[in-house]
Order: sequence, then structure tokens, then C-alpha cells
Amino acid sequence: MPDGALPVLDVRDLKTVFKTRSGEVHAVNSVTFDVKPGELLGVVGESGSGKSVTMMSLIGLLPSPPADVKDGQVLFGGQDLLKINPNDLRHVRGGEIGFVFQDPMTSLNPVFNVGFQITEPLRIHMGLNKQQARDRAVELLELVGIPDAARRLKDFPHQFSGGMRQRVMIAIALACDPKVLIADEPTTALDVTIQAQIIELVKELREKLGMAIIWITHDLGVIAGIADRVMVMYGGQVVEQAPVRELFGNPQHPYTRALLQTIPSVRGARAEKLNVIEGQPPILAGAPQACPFRDRCPNRFERCDRENPARRAVGAAGHDAACHYDFTAGGPYAG
Amino acid sequence: MLDDTPSKTKPLVAVDNLKMHFPIYGGLLRRRTGEVKAVDGVSFDIFEGETLGLVGESGCGKSTVGRALLRLYELTDGTVKIDDYDIAHASPEALRKMRPTMQMIFQDPQASLNPRMTVADIIGEPLREHDTGSKLEREDRVLELMDQVGLNRDFANRYPHEFSGGQRQRIGIARALALNPKFIVCDEPIAALDVSIQAQVVNLLEELQDSLGLTYLFISHDLSMVRHIADRVAVMYLGRIVELAPREEIYSDPLHPYTKALLSAVPEPDPSIESKVERVILTGDVPSPSNPPKGCNFCTRCPSVMDVCKQIEPTFQEVRPGRYLACHLFEDTAQITDESAANGAG
Repeated sequence: MPDGALPVLDVRDLKTVFKTRSGEVHAVNSVTFDVKPGELLGVVGESGSGKSVTMMSLIGLLPSPPADVKDGQVLFGGQDLLKINPNDLRHVRGGEIGFVFQDPMTSLNPVFNVGFQITEPLRIHMGLNKQQARDRAVELLELVGIPDAARRLKDFPHQFSGGMRQRVMIAIALACDPKVLIADEPTTALDVTIQAQIIELVKELREKLGMAIIWITHDLGVIAGIADRVMVMYGGQVVEQAPVRELFGNPQHPYTRALLQTIPSVRGARAEKLNVIEGQPPILAGAPQACPFRDRCPNRFERCDRENPARRAVGAAGHDAACHYDFTAGGPYAG
Repeated sequence: MLDDTPSKTKPLVAVDNLKMHFPIYGGLLRRRTGEVKAVDGVSFDIFEGETLGLVGESGCGKSTVGRALLRLYELTDGTVKIDDYDIAHASPEALRKMRPTMQMIFQDPQASLNPRMTVADIIGEPLREHDTGSKLEREDRVLELMDQVGLNRDFANRYPHEFSGGQRQRIGIARALALNPKFIVCDEPIAALDVSIQAQVVNLLEELQDSLGLTYLFISHDLSMVRHIADRVAVMYLGRIVELAPREEIYSDPLHPYTKALLSAVPEPDPSIESKVERVILTGDVPSPSNPPKGCNFCTRCPSVMDVCKQIEPTFQEVRPGRYLACHLFEDTAQITDESAANGAG
């Protein structure tokens, strides 16, 4: 991965609010991150932590109302995706930014054959004619490891198994050589042996195509295997961000620390009793005035109720955490 | 714990050659055209006070086994004995009398709780159904159960939608405990929960097992959680159990090629170990249970497949003390040693 390269996607201070009948829900609060070319950024968090909403806000996939992207900048290829007109955004979506959704069962259209669904973006975004698009579609299906690709173009989604459907989804997302691929829990609906196949495939494709990937998941194991850099989200905020080995070896946010202790493993020593994070995730009504993790935090002190911590640099280069407590010094930060 | 005294405990649940086939109807006249062999000859015991983990990929029949054990389906073949009582062939009245002994915790706490009933009604329903005690006694019992599973007593009159996923699963657990069961089938009880909540529910299940002496069948696809909770683990593939062994042995030394592949596919939440893990990546998909391959079910994906695997179905047998396996790789060695022993003697 080239160090110091200009980020291909730069998100600053993104805020998304849902207006519901029972009040506002602040799903994404001042999220800032970037992705460099060829880098795999892992995004971890529990359900409701705002990881999917963040990515969908980026490329305008959320219906408005109820969603409202209130603030922030999404810089991609020299333009702000939040400000450009809908027509230009359509060219970016599916063309330069690919998206793989969680559930391959529901994200393919059941009434069109797979060939049509792969060639559609090719003809719209790349202006290929029917024959060229077909050839490219065969190439793509072979790339993602679907045997007998030419014949399977005529098949419908229900004729594919879950793992094969997810491969088709990846083929569609890759169709127009995107600069950024956003994969939203791409293996969560799949079995472990199929998940291992898909992860191997993504590793291979990265080497071949060199695009940037944002991989959203709640499974820390998957992240450990593929990511270069990890971003941990909690309560609609980024609470910690670090290179993968640094994050697992030297976590600096109490939530990350607790999360790493909670998950059991199939290898190594077996704990007699599982560590738990007591309590429930926060309800995101109203803009955050205090640390979202304070009710479940073992290191909570008076400042946590008063002030929402900003992200500050900790540990090694490229590592930051949003916490008032300094784990290396073993006490609260002064400033 | 079971590992220390395997001979003293007796099996609470004894399953012998359980088969569960679902018919497929097709054609113009909706005639029976075939069957899905969801469970095809499964035998195992669960000892009193132990947790048997049942793992496998989706569609391998693990949930069907769980449901068939409680006779939520009419079995195609085989026997199930719980507490020495034959569940598979009991009359409906007799079965109803047996129900309090065996309960179930479901996967989706959202779908398994009636949204129109209050928490107290939901937990109290089994008590009403089986006529235990007066109204006041029942109310006391409901509150006692809520304490046991860590729900606040003040929430007794709330509805399920007012609770989070983890709390809803606690309601489901309280309902399963209401009639003092001996045996509980936990069908993916944590699959729908967040990582930080999963550990809370698993710890609760373990505490309840210790204090009430429960026996669990813990069905899950999460191998790391099963390693934590189970005493013995059974691995299913396409309607059959391929390997059954004590927890430590199956995780440290898996024998069946499928178990090996399954365990190696689990991602490791530590990058320094993760990069060293040797992966067995299986090719292809699970065959359809309506048309399983001839011979061993796993022969289409097995990395160490032999000719015999495509012809003859391996038998499920004890290859080492406490370790059961259905694989020709180990049958052959057994035969060879038998033969050489016989030759040596003759």
C-alpha cells in the first residue's frame, strides 16, 4: 500500500439525521475518515452503530425524508458528492463507486436474468454495445470464480446458491472498474466455509485490480484477516481508528478493549467465563452531548458526562481514539 | 463435568437412527415426486447435565434435529427417548404430559414472542396451559423467573416491542424455564444478537445450567461460541453427523476432513495468529439434500476423497474412546489393523 498517497475518498464531518414521528435520530455524528488507493478499510460496529448509514449517506442511497444528510463533505475525484447534481451522482454510483450489499438474496432482481443485471451498468456507465457488454460479463463471472460463465448468464438469481449469488453481486459491483468498492457485511449471510471462499476471492481481486475497499462487518475475525486499517464505530461515531495490528495489539478505547475480550475463539486457550459488556447500546435521540459509551464504560469519570470526547492521536502513527482516559498513562488526559 | 465421570451419568436423551424426510410434491397432479432428506439417520446421546453442541452450515439439518427431538415434527423413522420415555411414538395426550420436561429457546426473539401479550402473560402461559397452581402462585412464579433471567420485575406488564434483542431473548429463556424442564433445545439462541449481547446471554445460560442442573442441546453455526458452552460437540453435514467428540479433542485435533475445513474457515480475531492459520478452502457448494451424492455425503467436496467414498457410505462408529466418526479414512485403518491382527493370529 503506498504511504502518504492522496486519499481516493475523503469524508469530513458527516452528519445524518432521521426524522421520525417520535423525534430525531442522530444516526451518524461527525464521522471523518478517508481511504487511500488500494487500501482495505475495515469498519466494525454493532447493529445500530451507524456503519451502514454512513456508507449509504456517502453516495445518496438513503431516502429523504426521513433521512437528512445535514452536514459534511464527501470528496471524491475532486468533487463533493453531497453537492453535485443527481445526474452526475448516478455516474459515480455503480460506475466509480461499487456497492455490495449484505443479503444477496434480496439485492438481486428476481425477474431478470443474471446476464442482464451485469450488463446493465456496463451499457449505461461504459457505453458498451450488447455484444461487448456480454463478453465483459462473461469475463467478470470468470473473474469471481463462477464455472461455465457463458451459459450461466441466462440463469436467474434463484438458480444460484447463496455464495454464488454473492459472487454475482461482487461481479456487478466490479463491472465498471470502480475506484472504491463498498462492501456492506458481504459475508454475514453466508456460511463459514463459503465466507472463507469469498474472503479469498476478495484478497485475490485486490491484488489484481488494486481498488480501495471499505469492508463493513461486525465480525472482528474477518477484519483481522483482510483489513489494512480498522475503524471502530459506536453510537454513530468513530471511537477508534488504527492500522490493523496496532488496533488488535494495542486498543486504546474502552469499547474496543471490551469487544476484543468478549469474543471467544476457536484456537488457543478457552476462557472459563466470557467477559461481557454490561448494559445496552445507546439510543441516538438528540445530538451527542457526552460520551456515547459512558453508561457501559469501566473507566468512566466526571468529564465523560460533560463532554463528548474528540478523536486524539494515541500510540503509534495513524492511531486515534475518542476517549478522555489515557490507557498508557493509566489516568484521565489533562487537556 | 462430564469429562471426569462419563460412566456414572446416564443419557437423558437417547436418539437412535433419527430420520426426517420431507416430501416434495410436483407435476400437474401434485404427486409425490421425491423427498428432502433433511435428517438421514442420526444417532447420539445427551447425558444429564451436559451441553451437546450441534454445529453445521445452514441447511445441514441441525434445526430439524432439534425440532424432531421435541416431536414438533412427526418422525419418518427412528426413536427418541427422553428420560427413558419414547417421545417418537407417544400418543398426543401422553406427549402433552411429557412437554414440561422438554422446552425450547428459539432463534429469533422478535418472532417467537406474541406482540399482543405482556411479558407476564408470555412467561405465565406455559404455567396456565399445564394448570400449575392458583393465579397468585403463578404470578409469584413469573416474577421469580424474571429475577432468575435478570429482567427487572417492574417490566412485567410491558410488551415485547419495548425490549431490546438481548432482553427479548431473556423473556424467551424465562418462558422455557417456567415448567422446570430437564432438557432444553436452544436453537441458535444468540444468532440474532449483537456480539456484546451474545456473551451476556451465553453466560446466563451457563449460570442457569449450574443452578438448575439443566441439559442443553445447543444448536449453532458459531463454532467459537459452541467451543465455549458445549461439553461435547457434534458436527453435521447434509443430514448426517460426521463427527462427535468431547470439546477439547474436536477443537485441538479434528479427525473428519469436513470438521477440519470448518474449523480452519473460522476467522481468528487476532492478526498475528490469523496470518499463520492454515486454511483448508473447500470448493463448491453443499449438494441438495433431495439428491445427495452416492456413498459419503461429503465426497463431492472432500480434499482427501478416495474411490471407496463415492461407492460406500461410511458408518458412524467409535474410533477412539468417546470419539465417533463417519469417515472411510479411519474405517480403513481399523480394518487393516484388524486384518493384520487376524493374520498374525492365524
